[in-house]
Amino acid sequence: MTTPSRAVTRNPEGILRFAAPQQFYPLAGTLAPWFAQAAAVLTAIGLYIGFFVAPTDFQQGEVYRVIFIHVPAAWMSMLIYLVMAFWAAVGLVLNTRLSFIMCQALAPTGAMFCFLALWTGALWGKPTWGTYWVWDARLTSQLLLLFLYFGFIALTRAIEDPRRADRAGAIIALVGAVNVPIIYFSVQWWNTLHQGASVSLTKAPSMATTMLAGMLVMALAAWMYAIAVALWRVRALILERERHTEWVGEVLEAEGRAR
Amino acid sequence: MQWESWAAFWHMGGAAPFVWGSYGVTAALIVAELVLVIRRRKDTVTRLLRWRRALGKNGVE
Repeated sequence: MTTPSRAVTRNPEGILRFAAPQQFYPLAGTLAPWFAQAAAVLTAIGLYIGFFVAPTDFQQGEVYRVIFIHVPAAWMSMLIYLVMAFWAAVGLVLNTRLSFIMCQALAPTGAMFCFLALWTGALWGKPTWGTYWVWDARLTSQLLLLFLYFGFIALTRAIEDPRRADRAGAIIALVGAVNVPIIYFSVQWWNTLHQGASVSLTKAPSMATTMLAGMLVMALAAWMYAIAVALWRVRALILERERHTEWVGEVLEAEGRAR
Repeated sequence: MQWESWAAFWHMGGAAPFVWGSYGVTAALIVAELVLVIRRRKDTVTRLLRWRRALGKNGVE
């Protein structure tokens, strides 16, 4: 086995140097407001399209306008879990602290989107299906995703030793990721009350162009929001984890003087 | 424009509780998360500053 050269491990060039919490902390602070502003602008555009451009649905009337939150929230809840599983895998293979920290920074936002998908789905279900809830494959697997998020958050917070907490969380993130394709394909694999996908890569979307546009803009806004919040949260987690290091000491003293 | 009046807009064709119940809870959760996440970093800085100063006074590192 060859040992990597010291120059590479100590001070990697290019983008990889941001894998060090010390480098990533200020970068996250610089980027987060940009993503937040993009989210705000996209939300305004998305809501405008959703409420003032998109027509009334000929079958459902106005209640379908829940879709502009429901679908983006459901997509984000699945995507964030997959991103967490990705960082968990990177963390386990490369043993990079920042990967596990990123995983933990994403979880609360993923849980929020997951809850919103269920909440808006219930409010949409009542007038269209006549019920807030059914135990069908789509709804049940989405509820399981919420419990996976809660399990991840509870477990990583309950374990004192951060290295053990990282590993335990990573295992939940990886094992739970199996549930994501189950949610996604549940409407095809089982006979469910939930309708099939409105948008797919293989066939033309089954909805009006303006409805689709509103939904996609809102989905993009949700991406930007999730990135901004995760970047803000990762900064607090980095300070906490790296509190014994000299560079965090300097950051803290600088903030203390500024107050 | 889809609406004859603002009243018609808020009425949402009779689906107001479902539509605004969805949007309202979403807005509330997003505002709450933003407040919590920004306050969390500030609280962390305050707590860690105190912790560092306590360490310094006791002469341990």
